[in-house]
Amino acid sequence: MAAQQFKNPVVNWIDRRLPIFTMMHHEYNEYMMPRNANYWWSFGALAMVVLITMIVTGIFLAMNYTAHTSMAFESVERIMRDVNYGWLLRYIHMNGASMFFIVVYIHMFRGLYYGSYKTPRELLWMIGVVILLLMMATAFMGYVLPWGQMSFWGATVITNLFSAFPFVGDPIVTWLWGGFSVDNPTLNRFFALHFVLPFVILGVVILHVAALHVTGSNNPLGIEPKGPQDTVPFNPYLTVKDGFALGIFLIFFAAFVFFNPNYLGHPDNYIPANPLVTPAHIVPEWYFLPFYAILRAVPDKLGGVLLMFGAIAVLFVLPWLDTSKVRSTKFRPLYKPFYYILMADCVVLGYIGSQPPEGIYVLIGQLATAYYFLHFLVLTPLIGKIERPRPLPASISESVLKGGGRFPAGATAKPMEKA
Amino acid sequence: MRAMRTAFIAAGLALGLTGVLGVPGSARAAEAVHLPEVSFSHEGIFGTFDRGSAQRGFQVYKEVCAACHSMRLVSYRNLAELGFNEDEVKAIAAQYEVTAGPNDQGEMFQRPAVAADRFKSPFPNDQAARASNNGALPPDLSLMAKARVGGEKYIYGLLTGYEEAPAEVTVPDGQYYNKYFPGHLLGMPPILQPDGVTYADGTPATVEQMAHDVATFLTWAAEPNLEARKQMGIKVILFLLVFTGMMYAVKRKVWADVH
Amino acid sequence: MSDTTHPVGPAGQGASGSEGATRRDFLYLATAAVGAVGAASVAWPFIDSMNPAADTLALASIDVDLSPVQVGQAITVTWRGKPVFVRRRTEEEIQTARAVNVNELRDPQTDEQRVIKPEWLVMVGVCTHLGCVPLGQKATDPKGDFGGWFCPCHGSHYDTAGRIRRGPAPANLHVPEYRFLDDTSIRLG
Repeated sequence: MAAQQFKNPVVNWIDRRLPIFTMMHHEYNEYMMPRNANYWWSFGALAMVVLITMIVTGIFLAMNYTAHTSMAFESVERIMRDVNYGWLLRYIHMNGASMFFIVVYIHMFRGLYYGSYKTPRELLWMIGVVILLLMMATAFMGYVLPWGQMSFWGATVITNLFSAFPFVGDPIVTWLWGGFSVDNPTLNRFFALHFVLPFVILGVVILHVAALHVTGSNNPLGIEPKGPQDTVPFNPYLTVKDGFALGIFLIFFAAFVFFNPNYLGHPDNYIPANPLVTPAHIVPEWYFLPFYAILRAVPDKLGGVLLMFGAIAVLFVLPWLDTSKVRSTKFRPLYKPFYYILMADCVVLGYIGSQPPEGIYVLIGQLATAYYFLHFLVLTPLIGKIERPRPLPASISESVLKGGGRFPAGATAKPMEKA
Repeated sequence: MRAMRTAFIAAGLALGLTGVLGVPGSARAAEAVHLPEVSFSHEGIFGTFDRGSAQRGFQVYKEVCAACHSMRLVSYRNLAELGFNEDEVKAIAAQYEVTAGPNDQGEMFQRPAVAADRFKSPFPNDQAARASNNGALPPDLSLMAKARVGGEKYIYGLLTGYEEAPAEVTVPDGQYYNKYFPGHLLGMPPILQPDGVTYADGTPATVEQMAHDVATFLTWAAEPNLEARKQMGIKVILFLLVFTGMMYAVKRKVWADVH
Repeated sequence: MSDTTHPVGPAGQGASGSEGATRRDFLYLATAAVGAVGAASVAWPFIDSMNPAADTLALASIDVDLSPVQVGQAITVTWRGKPVFVRRRTEEEIQTARAVNVNELRDPQTDEQRVIKPEWLVMVGVCTHLGCVPLGQKATDPKGDFGGWFCPCHGSHYDTAGRIRRGPAPANLHVPEYRFLDDTSIRLG
């Protein structure tokens, strides 16, 4: 495919000197997708769209934002009130952060269900976890920028996490702040980092896609495609499928932006930051709630911080914790219920994270935290060893026929006979 | 897999529906008191501000609330959106003296406000505001409708929710009992009195009427683009429905040979 | 479906009949058109957000007190972020400006068209070439070959009515909207 000939002479001229069109053609036109990939596979493309949306709205917002403690809040309100369509850009950006996490969390749970982290896709998965970490850092710093009460106190609490480390903790926190409290230097550096990190994310996403295109996409059966009868080219099949999924997703997104833009936010962030008054309930944005619950599950400061970072670290080593020979949970009768329990556990952690740390919530939070680690550190290795997976189909195309899919008509059906 | 799909779809729909229908963020307001049942014309997907009510609300703000509360983010020119014409806006602004300068002698001076000026604050700074209000700071009202759980319903509730404290509650001097205020004791006296203002359009100025009008006005002040947002939203969603429907048809056609 | 027959695009698909193919092509085109319209509409809010915002457009007019300015003196005030030159011209300067043959000017304007009261010349002090601020306000400044203003950036000479006389600038110095509130004060904008 190296000497691709293009109809357009200009494209051809460029491509012979710099084969970007051949590369694009190779990666996005004829990239072979397993034909049985379902709509859960669209969430990667959706995440890409949200990332681009966030970068573009962010650049235009930055043109009107002022990163100074005395002006940040007002400059955001000026965007909301005076800048042409400023309210639209800001509400897209604000809700886009939530949409990004919704899409990426679904993307991750899809990977967990179908064993997409398993060999040979370990590095692909690990790069994904790096993207998650970068997203969390970016989202956190972005939330500080409007300089409302939640911005200020969120920044204070999260940066104080680092003070848990013995000896180096306090100097690190002072260094992060650039002073003796969250103040103007902190806001300035958070703005600089919030602006640049999305481009780092974009770079890592390109690595993620590059790694994906080496191994090829996983599929609901978790078995490798055996030949062309098992795959379809990305374009047009997946472009139109993802396009449809994008339409559905955008309706969901637009419903928030236009009809309840502050639903996922917190009223306190419309109060300017006040370093002397902490709001009665400070809770992080919803996408951090499960991690917040894990943080508070241990009464020990350092323990809580380590556990919270551990909750992500465990995802890095997941490819080696899972001992199962089979990828897709579809064929893992013993593992399947535990997958759903993990999912429910994450929801419970999220709920606990939103509640005040008192009474029964503390106990539930501790149990849910314990289960989270139990799942990855004990159940996942153990079940893989003792489970007897259901028999795998011989090939994707065989399964497609058996699975009740309509028998293909016309010339394109010929290769099916091989199955 | 089916269960997973169902769970996701159910969760997504629930989130989306509550988001769209505007169920107040009750989960986050666990301790918040039950707010009064009151409805506003700007609620719902097609909601628009009741201009008459908002204008009356501005009158209440101007004659009552503005004695203590600033609205630093709103300019006189913004009042044009409530249906005041240019001359009316200028006349309203000219009622206030704002500090300008320095002049060529290096001195600050007073001049009548113009449409481009922000609403004049009752106090020069927060310290002065505290000093005049028993140490309590009357919050800025520009974003009040977005800065409290319950929004305009909370504002309405607070203004109408003063009552005799229950026997077991001791109300300290300079504090008042309000059934809708978190903690019930606040420094703001029951400021709305029947016929406290005289409405030009003849609407009877009951406490409930004034509270409703002020809540409408403050919602507009906090979210002046609410109408533009909802109207654009309807167009965007309709467009997306058409586009998504067409994409579905295209997807079916493209995949027809594969399934 | 073998590797070599993979369609490169929707239009390249094998069709079951020509009528079906036409209807299919129409659907593809219509969807692409709707998508393109959507993408184009999305671009507008972004572009428009860079236009002047409502608070910028609502900039207040300013009042200038002219009473301290002596004949032959000039003051510079800031209005909408730009310098505004106010010169109280001498009788000689007015006569010089009015003696010019308007037809020979690059940007023909009579002195009467450029002032409300002949004594007071009010102009935006921004060279119409590339936006520098011309010299000539202070007594020690070079005033150019025509006794008015001289732009140091690319050598444009303006006369005592602020009209371009020599150099690269295409137009006379701009006269802003203003009116006299009384004999010694004006309102700009």
